[in-house]
This record gives sequence, structure tokens and C-alpha cells, in this order.
Amino acid sequence: MNRQITQLFGVVLVLFTLLVVFTSRWTVFEAKSLQNQTANKRPLLEQLQIPRGFIFAGDGTKLAVNKRSGHGPTLRYSRVYPTNNLFSHAVGYSFISQGSAGLEKKYNDDLAGNSNEFSSIIDELSGQKKVGNDLYTTLDPAAQRLALQLLGNQAGSVVVLDPRDGAVRVMASVPNYNPNDIPERSRQLNTDKAAPLFNRATQGGYPPGSTMKVVTASAALDSGRYTPNSVVSGKSPKILGGVPLSNCCTEGSGNYGPLTLTEALAKSVNTVWGEVGEKLGKKTMFEYMNRFGFDKKPQLDLPSDELGVSGVYGSHGQLLGPSDAIDIARVAIGQERLRVSPLQMAEVAATVANGGKLMKPRLVERIESPDGRVIDKRGPAEIDQVMKESTAQQVTAMMEQVVKAGTATTAQIPGVTVAGKTGTAEVANGTANQAWFIAFAPVPNPRVAIAVTIERTQGEGGTVAAPIAKQVIEQLLGKGG
Amino acid sequence: MSARSRELFGLLPVTLLVTGGFTALLITRSAEINKVSITYGAFFLGCCVFAHIFIRARLPNADPYLFPLGALLAAFGLVMIYRIDEKLARQQAEWFVVGLALFCATIVFVRDYRVLERYRYTIAAASIGLLLLPRVPGIGGATNGAYLAIHFGSLQFQPAEFAKIGIVIFLASYLRETRDVLVRGRIPRISLKHFGPLLLVWGLAMLMLIFIRDLGSSIMFFGAFLAMLYVATARISFVAAGLALFVLGSIFFAGHVPHVHERVEIWLHPFRPDLVESSGYQIAQALFAQADGGLFGRGFGQSLLQLPVAGGHSVTILPAAHTDTIYAVITDELGLFGAAALILVYLLFAARGFKTALIARDGFSKLLAAGLASVFALQVFVIVGGVTRVIPLTGVTLPFVSYGGSSILANFVVLALLLIVSNAARSGPAERGGIA
Repeated sequence: MNRQITQLFGVVLVLFTLLVVFTSRWTVFEAKSLQNQTANKRPLLEQLQIPRGFIFAGDGTKLAVNKRSGHGPTLRYSRVYPTNNLFSHAVGYSFISQGSAGLEKKYNDDLAGNSNEFSSIIDELSGQKKVGNDLYTTLDPAAQRLALQLLGNQAGSVVVLDPRDGAVRVMASVPNYNPNDIPERSRQLNTDKAAPLFNRATQGGYPPGSTMKVVTASAALDSGRYTPNSVVSGKSPKILGGVPLSNCCTEGSGNYGPLTLTEALAKSVNTVWGEVGEKLGKKTMFEYMNRFGFDKKPQLDLPSDELGVSGVYGSHGQLLGPSDAIDIARVAIGQERLRVSPLQMAEVAATVANGGKLMKPRLVERIESPDGRVIDKRGPAEIDQVMKESTAQQVTAMMEQVVKAGTATTAQIPGVTVAGKTGTAEVANGTANQAWFIAFAPVPNPRVAIAVTIERTQGEGGTVAAPIAKQVIEQLLGKGG
Repeated sequence: MSARSRELFGLLPVTLLVTGGFTALLITRSAEINKVSITYGAFFLGCCVFAHIFIRARLPNADPYLFPLGALLAAFGLVMIYRIDEKLARQQAEWFVVGLALFCATIVFVRDYRVLERYRYTIAAASIGLLLLPRVPGIGGATNGAYLAIHFGSLQFQPAEFAKIGIVIFLASYLRETRDVLVRGRIPRISLKHFGPLLLVWGLAMLMLIFIRDLGSSIMFFGAFLAMLYVATARISFVAAGLALFVLGSIFFAGHVPHVHERVEIWLHPFRPDLVESSGYQIAQALFAQADGGLFGRGFGQSLLQLPVAGGHSVTILPAAHTDTIYAVITDELGLFGAAALILVYLLFAARGFKTALIARDGFSKLLAAGLASVFALQVFVIVGGVTRVIPLTGVTLPFVSYGGSSILANFVVLALLLIVSNAARSGPAERGGIA
């Protein structure tokens, strides 16, 4: 019988090995997916016991801190947002039952102290307690406050980038919410028709109107097909895309003679830019749109589902490309089915401002451990040289004329050269406007690039959006009151 | 060094574990070492030394490793239960003392264990009676749908724990007698008379599925039966036939006994939204606890079992942490390495059991030792396999570690029987077997 007994022990050995294999499966190989199960509250409860990292504005203002309650095993930390509504969309929120949004979501691992696999093993061995790391953002509370105040109760958005390094200074979206209210009011906020949780700055998809002409102008000059002094007929109406296009009813009015492109941008003449777009063709137009960042998610450090794609959309919500049937003349003047986010238009302004070089937009400057060690520093990063530097200078000169003598004289700042472009797109069957203004200053060394948009207003880009941009630029350049 | 001195030395790490474990727990809990840890350690050492002296006197040649391994598991169990609930740990310590008394009583009264053969049918009948007790109205009742326990006032008793010993004794005796027929007979010539009992035991296992509704217990019993049948006959065909019958029967009953069916569903889809918060909650939470442990675990006392909520109440995160899912708590706190070490201790215990079977000199002793080692190992497999989702989770205890009086008592009897068999085997000239 001894042979059988030995074999039996062999079977037990196999069975017990199976137990160890399955234990490794749950503790190591599938641990991550188990931790991500929604029924698993352990990671969330554990996070509650770790003091989450703070979030700071560029000037050191605390944007997100912790409230401590209980002690020992009942110790809990919960989030408090001292600036209330100020940065609701950029900072977002983080609560156990309601989940997270914004930077709180994007940088959860850093804020919660979840380091990478390797160092977590080291920490485990050394018994080190987890601590959250702090985020230092590029945000400017004073300019943000001013932007919110100027938007008032008009739905809309203001985005400000530093064109030199992509730092986001202002990310205002109205209506907004107080993140401290999320635990009690999340259902109400979710169903609110005004969509206060929606980050218009990055998720909004609006017709850009004539601000798109900056993209068209960049394509026209950079492709070598036009110069700022090229003359195009400004007559109205003009058959474009097989349908008559007229200059009436939006900005400027009526019938012009031959115009240089500089004059046509300053006066925002649709028939000129429509013809330019049509002559350039879909391929060239889309090539430059893509270089500016259209047709893909912006590379901003916010959660992917909070970033919208700017582009031409088909009837089923799909993105259209140069091979689809598109009236490119109307795309060139910001009509057709073109939908853009304020962030994208701020990137357009920033690209021209930065000599044609598009910098990666970023909210977080650096991540620091609570004892002040810099964990991660996010320096400026270049995305693309969208156009030649000389082209950018020419487009800048044309945009200066828009502010000096064109549709955006309301954005003039004494002693500061501002370059900009207005936009006014008809929405709601022509009963209201989507008003736009994109700009940068001070030329020739811009430090501020801005996009302002207001939903469903009776005003136009030059009358409602440009004055807001002017004051925010003044604030950021230290000229404000 | 004599076998008994080796045993005594083997107890040293056990005492260190108890003292160290309680100290670690008390430090995490109250940030100060008080006398409790030392008291617990000293008390435990006292009990073990007493048992050791008892073995020295009564079973001088018994295997020197079995008792320290059992004590190690019991000590480990005490620390874990203390960490889960102090009150339960005090009860478990009391049961440990009663268990040691039963251990000594077994050694005194079953000195000549071959006498047991004479009462094999009485033992078999008593065991089956024990198994069916939980179905008796008034004293029995279902826990989570399975009939595993009977109640006397506040006392709870799991008869299957003792029935497993009785069944093994019966099978060892019965198979010793019939093995010649079973081995020599060609399959066609094996009459119902010889094959009958095999079918009877299979029928019994199926009956357990229906009556006790516990897949774990029937795997444990039927598995031990197949193991012993194989040891007795060396016929893999019997084992294959038995296994096939068992699997077919289980599949049939999984489809027809609602409780068993539900257990299988939970096993296959623990995270299905309609199960994860209700009947699948336990296994899902057990898996989450293991995932939480990782390689090295969170440390003694760090597993999250209860969550205090407002008003002094608490929400149970991991159900049955002191019994069914104690392995998940161990994995959470000691990690994969700690859990693997525990499995290793069980493997060593089983190895010493099989070693005893190898060196035993007669058929009954061999079958008894192999059967006890098998049923012990299978019990570990059923509960740890249940918690790790190798098989459906059922309510058997983790031997020596889980909280439970009947479990501790029964396993001390298993330990005593193995020591008695090994003492007889190692007294006088012994043929040495293959396993170290």
C-alpha cells in the first residue's frame, strides 16, 4: 500500500499547490482588477484614511484641502474646497460616494499617494505609510475671479493660456457649481438643465464663427498661396459651395469691392474668406486644422471624458474629414457643421502668438510630496510647429488690425498692442448668437492668449466677448484696476 | 536527540509566535504592550508543555512533529481570532483547553486503537446519525441554507467534524477486510456484495448533498473515501468510476437542489450585479480582502473587517471572518507569503500523517492514518479552495485555525489518533517509508 500512500501525498501536494496558485491569482495577478470592482469599497475606504494631497493655484492659494474627523480606526479625511465655485471645473471634486472629476480625478493616484508598482513594494517592505502628494497648478485666481465676474450669469467660457509654455491661467465655465455641495446636491446638479457640471471650456462644442478665419488665414499664407496683400473680391452675395453666401446680417454689411486679406480680416468679410477656403481646398484646410489640434482630444491634463474634440461633425455625431461631402467655404468662416471648444480656440490664438509653435496646454506645473520634495515637474512641451514663424508674424499683424481698426476696437488697451479676432455665429435658427473673441497680447512678446465665448446672446463678438477679454488681459498683464 | 526532545524544541517557535503575535496586535491596537500578550504566551506554553509531558509518558515513540505543527496552527488561529474578536478568542482558548483534555482522554482510552475495528458498524451508524442530526427539528437548523450545526441552548455543535473521524475509522476497517476481494477480483466478477458498499458510500455522499445541502462536506467525505479506496486497492479504475459518479451526481444536484445550485452560480459569477451585494457578497468580499493583501499583507490587525458608522454601529465588510473566511483575513494581513506559509504548515501536517501511514505495519493502521491525513488535507482544500474560488465556497472550518469548539475538539482527536498509530508503528523494528 505504500506506493499508493506516496501517490496520495502527491495528489495532496498538487491540490495545495493549486490553493497557492489561486491565492497568488487574487493577491497579485488579478489584484488590480479586483480593486477596480465597483462592489469593492476597500480602496475607497482606504483612501479616506490617507490625507489627500492639496491642490494649489499658481500664487499659492489653496484650492483643495482636507477636513479631518475621528481618530484611530474611525479617522476619516474629507475634501474641502476653500475657493468654492472659483475653479469648479478645473479642480473638480473627489468624494467617496459621488466619485471624482477634474484634476482630482486625473491626478487621483498622485493625490492619494498611490505610487507605481515598484516603489509600492519598497514602501510595503519598509512599512511606510501612504501620503498624498500636492499639486501645484498654473491657475491664476485673480484673473479667474474677474473672468467669472465678467461672464456674470451669461452661460459661456473664458480660457487663458500662456502661449510660451502652454500654462492654463484661466479656465472659467458658467454656470458652475460649488464642489463643496457635491455630496448633498450631486443628483440635483446632474439633472440641472443649465448643466453646471459641464466644463464648457473643454467639453463645449460651439460654432466658432469668424474666429475660424484665423485658421483659414494661417493656412492661406503658410501654404504660399496668398499673402496679406493678396486681393480678393468682397462682393456679396457670392456663389460658394454651390449656394449664395452673403456678408449681410452678421458683421460688417454688404457688398465690398476688391479687398486685401488684411482688410478682409479686419472687417471679417465672409465672401472673401469663404472664397479663400474654397480655393485652398478641403485637403489643405484640414491639414492646418489638424496641426492646430482639431479632430483629436486636446492634450490637456484633465480626464479624457472631460475633453471634447473640435472638428466638423456629421449628422450621427461622427467626425468628418476631407473625403466627406463638406462645404469647405463655410467651414473656413466657422459655419457648416464645425464645432469647437473654447480651449481649442485659445490654442489657435496661442499658436499664432508663439511664432506658430503650439505648446501642450497644461494645468499642473509640478507635484510635490508633503515634505517639499518635487516628485514630478512638468515643463513646457511643444506639440507642433503649426506654421512658419514668418507666417505667424503676418497673421499677427493682420489680427492687430482687427483690434486697431476692425470689429474688435472694444478690446484696445492703451499702451498694449492686442491682436485678436471676433466671431459671431447664429444659433437657435438665427434668434441668438454664439459670440466669440480670441486674442493675444502684448505683441510682439505675447504672454497671454485668450478665448472668450458667450452662449445665446443678442450681442456680437466685438460687443460682448471682446470687452471681457480686454479686462482679463489687463488683469493678467498687471494693468487692471 | 530523542523524538520527544525534538517535539519540545518544536514547541518553542509556537510559543514565540503566540507571544509575538499578541504583542504585535496589542501594539497596533493600543500602542502599548500590556501583560496580556505575555499571559497568553505563558498560558499557551504551559498547556503545550503539559501535553508534551503527557505524550512523553504515554506515547514515547510517537511522531515528534505532528503535535508542534498542530499547536502551531492552533496558536496561529488564536492570534487571528483574538485580532477579530477578543471575546471569541477567550472562548476559543477555553475550547483549546477542553480539546487538549479530549486529546489526552483519547490517548488514554484508545491506547489499543485496533479495538475500534470491533465497533466499526456502530461507529459508522453513529457517524451517519451525527450527520443527519442538523435536520432534526428543534435542535438542528440551516445556516446560509446548509444544515451543518445543531444547537443546545447557546452552544453550537457541528456533528460533521466528528462524523469525519467515525467514517474514516469505519472505512479503514471495512477496506482492510474487503481489499483482498476488491484487489483480486476482476471487474465483472466483483459481485454487488463487494461493490455494494462503494455504491452505498456514493449514495451517502449524494444524500449529504440533498439533506445537508453542503457540497464542501460531501467533497471532503467522498474524497477521503476515494483516497482510502485507492490506498486499499491500488485500482485507479475504482477511483475514476467513483469520481465520475460523484461529478455526475453533483452536476445533477447542482441543477435540482436550489441551495446547491445557488452556491455554484455564486462560484461561477461572484461579481454579477444581482449577486455581488446579496448571496455573492461573502465570496466577493473574501476575494477583495485577498487582493488587498498583496505579496506581503497589510500587517497583523490591519485588515478591514468592520466599518464603524454613525451612532456606534458598524457595518460588516467581511462576513464570517472568524470561521469561513478566516483564510481571507490571513491573506489580507500576511499577504501571499503568509498564506503560502500557512498552506505549507498544513502540508507538513498531512505529510507527517502520510508518513505515519507509510511506516505503519498493518493494513488497518495504514488505512486509518492515510484516511485521517486525507480527510484533514481535504478539509483544508475545501475551505481554502472555497475562499480562493477553486471550488464553491461552503461552510467547513479551517482545521485548528477557525473559531469553533467542535472543530478544535475533533481535530485534537485526529491528532491523538495519528500520534497513537505512529507510536505503535515506531515502537520496535519499523520499516522506513519514502516520505521524509
